This record gives sequence, C-alpha cells and structure tokens, in this order.
Amino acid sequence: MSFSVTDPTPRTKWFAGLAVALYALITLMPLLWIIATGFKSPADSIAYPPKMVFQPTLEGYVNLFTTRTRIKEADLANLPPADTWYDRIVREQGQIIAGPSRYGERFMNSVIIGFGSTALCMILGTAAAYAFSRFRVPLKDDLLFFILSTRMMPPIAVAIPIFLMFRNLGLNDTHIGMILLYTAVNLSLSVWLLKGFIDEIPVEYEEAALIDGYTRFQAFCKVVLPQAATGIASTAIFCLIFAWNEYAFAVLLTSGTAQTAPPFIPTIIGVGGKDWPAVAAGATIFLVPVMVFTILLRKHLLRGITFGAVRK
Amino acid sequence: MAQIRIRNVRKDFGAFNAVKSSTFTIEDGEFFMLLGPSGCGKTTTLRMMAGLELPTSGEIFIDGEEVGQKPASQRDIAFVFQMFALYPHMNVGRNIAYPLHSQGMPRAEVRRRVDEVARILGISDILDRPVGGLSGGDRQRVALGRAIVRDPKAFLMDEPLGALDAEFREHMSLELRALHDRMGATTVYVTHDQLEAMQMGDKIVVMNHGVVEQFGVPQDIYDWPATRFVAQFIGSPPMNFLGFHGMLGKGTTSVTLDGAQFEVPALQEGAHGDLIFGVRPEHVHLDDAAPYRGRVIATEYLGTTQIVTLDTPLGPVKTRVASHRAIRAGDTTGLRFDARTITLFSAETGRALQSHGNAGGLRHG
Ligand SMILES: Nc1ncnc2c1ncn2[C@@H]1O[C@H](COP(=O)(O)OP(=O)(O)OP(=O)(O)O)[C@@H](O)[C@H]1O
Ligand SMILES: [Mg+2]
Repeated sequence: MSFSVTDPTPRTKWFAGLAVALYALITLMPLLWIIATGFKSPADSIAYPPKMVFQPTLEGYVNLFTTRTRIKEADLANLPPADTWYDRIVREQGQIIAGPSRYGERFMNSVIIGFGSTALCMILGTAAAYAFSRFRVPLKDDLLFFILSTRMMPPIAVAIPIFLMFRNLGLNDTHIGMILLYTAVNLSLSVWLLKGFIDEIPVEYEEAALIDGYTRFQAFCKVVLPQAATGIASTAIFCLIFAWNEYAFAVLLTSGTAQTAPPFIPTIIGVGGKDWPAVAAGATIFLVPVMVFTILLRKHLLRGITFGAVRK
Repeated sequence: MAQIRIRNVRKDFGAFNAVKSSTFTIEDGEFFMLLGPSGCGKTTTLRMMAGLELPTSGEIFIDGEEVGQKPASQRDIAFVFQMFALYPHMNVGRNIAYPLHSQGMPRAEVRRRVDEVARILGISDILDRPVGGLSGGDRQRVALGRAIVRDPKAFLMDEPLGALDAEFREHMSLELRALHDRMGATTVYVTHDQLEAMQMGDKIVVMNHGVVEQFGVPQDIYDWPATRFVAQFIGSPPMNFLGFHGMLGKGTTSVTLDGAQFEVPALQEGAHGDLIFGVRPEHVHLDDAAPYRGRVIATEYLGTTQIVTLDTPLGPVKTRVASHRAIRAGDTTGLRFDARTITLFSAETGRALQSHGNAGGLRHG
C-alpha cells in the first residue's frame, strides 16, 4: 500500500467515522425522543423507566388538532358508532370531539410571519448590501457599524419599549407587526452577510451588462442576483430559523390572531398537564417547514460559486 | 464604425488626479494602442470612453457626437475586460447572445448572429458548454464573440491578453489583429507591453502619470521619442542617455561630448543648460578609431545579436552588435553614433528638442 500525504489512513477514517456517529447520536437524541413521544400514549410518555419500545398511536396527533369534551360512559355507549379513525381514537379516551383546535391557525401564523419576514428581510437586505458594496455611500463605515450595533444587545432587552410602541401603533397581535419586528431584528445580520457575498462578485460582470445595453437595475436582476443566489439562500435560512423559533417576543406581543406556534405549543398540555404526546406532536410538525426549507436550499449552500469565469 | 476623439479629458478620484488633460484622436478603423506603465491611467481613459467612468472635465466624441456624460448602455461600444467577465451562470452561446437580447432582437435572428460569430471565431462546437471549464484562449474568444456579435461602433479592450500565458499571447495577438483587419472596426487596445503595442498597433498613445507623452505611428514613436520617458519606455534595451552641459543655438548640427564632436540633426530650436544626448543601442557602433572611448563591462548573448554594455565618460552605453564579434569585458574601444538618429532632450523638462529629424513625427499630448 502506498503512503499518501493527503488521504487519511483506514484507521483514521474509522475513528473519524465513529466520532461523527457519536456526535450525531448525541445531537439527534432529543429530536428522536420528541418524535417518538408524539406517537406514544399519555401513559407511555411519562412511564418510568422510559419506554424504548411501545405501542405506537396517533392519539397525540388527534389531540393536537382537536378540542374534546369528556362524556359519561353510558352516553358514549348510546352514540352511533364512530365513523372515522380519529373519532374512534377520541372515544377510546372516553371523550368526543368538540371541534378543531387552534394549532392549525397558529401554525399558519408562524408560516406567514416567518416566511414573510424572511422575504422582506431578503429584499431590503440585498438592496442595502448592494448599495454598500457598489456605491460611494457617505459615512459608509459608520453606517455599517451602526447597523451591526443593533445586533449587539439581546433584542429582548428592548422588549418593554417595543411593547409600548406596538400598543400605541396598534401593532399588538398583528401579523404585520410581527413581520416588521423580526425583519428589523434580522436585517443587520442580513446586510452584513449579503454584503460579503456581493463583494465577492466581480464588478466587471455588471459593467459588461451595462456595456451590453442593460440598465443598472436589469444588470442587478439578471447578473448580480443569480450570482448572489448562494449567499441569499444561506442568509434566508438564518433569518427564517430565527423568526421561526422566536419565543420571547411572540409571548409578549401576540395572544390571539397573530400568535405563532412557539408560545402556543406549551398550552396544548391542557388541564392536569399530562398530554405530552400532543405537545410532542405539535413540536414535530413545527420542525418540518424549516427542515424542508433548508433541504431545498441545500443545493445552493453546497454549490461552489462559479468564479471560474473570472480569473483572479 | 467610428472615429473617437478625446479632448482635454481629465479624471479625478477625489483629490487624486488619475488622468490629466488628454487630447488625441482615434481614426475610423484604426487599431489604436494605449500604452504606458502600471497606474498611468490607461484603464481610466478607456473606461471613460466606454462610459463606465465619467470624465471630471473634457469631451469625448464618438462619430462626432459628444458622449462624455452618457451612460455606457447608450454608447454602442463593446468592451473586452482583462479577466473576460463572462457571465458564469450562462453557457457560451447565451453569453454571446446576451448583448442582442437587450436590443429585443427576434430569437431566430439572435441564433443566426451567434452562429455566424461562433464560426468566425472557431468556437461553434463549444456553444453549449458552461464557461467555467473553458481554457484561457476559449474564454478570450467567447469574450471577443460577445463584443463583435452586436456590430458596435468600436471595440475597447483592456489588456485582453494579460491573463494568457506568454506562448498563447503571441498566437492570440495575431488572431486579434487578423480579426481586426477582416472587420475593419475601430479598436482601442490597452497594454503595458511596448512590444505588443509596436507589433499590433496602427497608432500608439504613450501615457505616463496621467499625461499623454506622445501620440503617433509606432515607427515615429520609436525613432523620434517626444520625451525622455518615451525613449526609455520603448525599446529593449531602451535608448542610451548621455548627460552633458551645453549652449546650443538654433541650427546647431553638432555637439561636443567629453571633447569629442558628434553630428546631430539640425536643431530647430535653441537650448542651453543641462541637456541629454539620446541614441538607440542599434545606432551605436564600436570603432577602435573613434575618439569617444568606452570600456566594455558586460556582454549579453541573445542568439543572433549581443548586447554590449560599455562604461563611457558620460555614463553607461548599451549597443547591439552581431554575436559573432568577439568582445570581452575589459576591452577598451571607441564609439560612433549614427548622426541621423540622435535625439537631444532638455534634462530639466525631459522634452525632446525640435530638430530636422523629429519635426515630422513629434506631437505632444
Ligand atoms: N475608482 C478609483 N478610485 C480611486 N483611484 C483610482 C480608481 N481607479 C483608478 N484609480 C487610480 O488611478 C490611477 C490610474 O489607474 P488606472 O487603472 O487607469 O491605471 P492603468 O494605467 O490601467 O494601470 P494598470 O496597468 O495597472 O492597469 C491609479 O493610480 C489608480 O490607483
Ligand atoms: Mg489597467
């Protein structure tokens, strides 16, 4: 066997693989636990010692999406037979379905606010970053530092003033209010990240487009944006993850119409505090969009930028 | 195709003056070289012609129309960037077609034009390839294709061969010149390589520190440099300079260097004070009988010729002689200079003195 400087030996590879597997197990464990809990019965979910093997049930998911009332055994027997699988699951608990829960609405609120603020942040962030990168902006360095400084204190430190401001402006518990807030928080990071990416794009591409008869705006759309796609995608993921998971402001500023899923999920536990499977189901579903979004954009994150056409 | 006229054009970047009041004219169909050392303002001048940079003052005429303050997209010129700047997210065909799309040209017509240009440049077989993996030469051709497809008024090229290796440069420069001769398009070509400029150009502008030092055909610039800078920048090895002190009247036909008399082309202006006697290496002849003496300090063998460096009373002199002549370091010999080719400069201003020799070719910027 020949010796190579760059290729690891089989033993190194084996150790590296083991380390990665261990790390993955440790990080994924809580996630797997939540997903598993979503399919347990309430009794199994609080069993001690914890049950690794259990009879899976959709009870948690049914409870997540419904509100139920408990009725007497005798009345339950007099009802016509349950005609759907979820009716049957509910009746097994001695309850009947009273109506849908609010989880669907709250989830949609999260989608609207999360993706809305991310989109707004990308539009404003790309425009600002482009200007900072390409034009002579008066006091450029000071402005950039000023923008970054908004990121220096934890956003929640300004919760009270924001709360008062929102109340006076009538933005409390509105979608637009939350979108604006999350955009404001994310914008500083976006401008900085995106400026870095746009700085990397040689200005000659735009100049070539200008000479080829395009306006600056056309050059921006047709030449800069495709080149910046990688940067925009990764920045968007950062913004979405923040807006999606944000809890403190959501608790403070939303209670009904615009409430997002994070403050809602803990309330699912219900009276008596034993419906852990429903909470776990809510958390599991909540994980899906960010995961899908990240996987969809993964191609952009991994794809090397084709700077090959300009030799530096 | 078009004539380009630059009149009193100046460019400042903040407090820094990159181009000082330049004036020159590029005639229709000329292959025009902008030559000068790094940082002298060549690129800035070219970018002002293109509209990528607006002049601080002065005028630029393309085909008689003043375009100095017009945006690039309205000037109908093509620009070839040093790094080619091919759009990396488009394949070769789309790169070439892109300037046509901006004009709203019908698809079939675009297709036809792209195919035709690809055929001229010999890149028909790579139209579907992404630009990322192309060789330097092919990128160069694609960049040219993108420039010629639109049939613009003029081509502006900023060191277009700078990114290629030496061997390929030679080949590409011939290809470029052939393409120009075939299309007859006005071309402005920026380079810092004096050999490239002499080989390819119909006319040359030599710039230094933002100033146009001289403007003319290569032969005139080589034979009759307008300034000491041009004499030194052009030619390899450069012109020899011998400093002397003198008082020369109008009509003078000879000067005295260290007691030896040398004939010079008749001066058309008088001068006195510190002067410089300039002679090209190929016009220095070694002649044992000559009164001006020098001692050989080095010889460089170049194949058919050799460069001999001599130490003389007024400074070192290089000469180019046939390589079969046996010359050794330490030899002492006399030097003769070709009288018709001498240029005298004022040491103070660096300007060439007007004489019968350079009267025709001299034009200051
Ligand atoms: N946008 C700018 N802002 C400030 N200074 C500039 C700018 N562009 C060019 N300069 C300066 O102007 C001078 C001339 O630059 P230019 O690029 O025209 O030189 P050049 O002759 O093309 O040199 P090179 O051979 O290195 O390309 C340089 O000193 C450069 O630093
Ligand atoms: Mg340059």
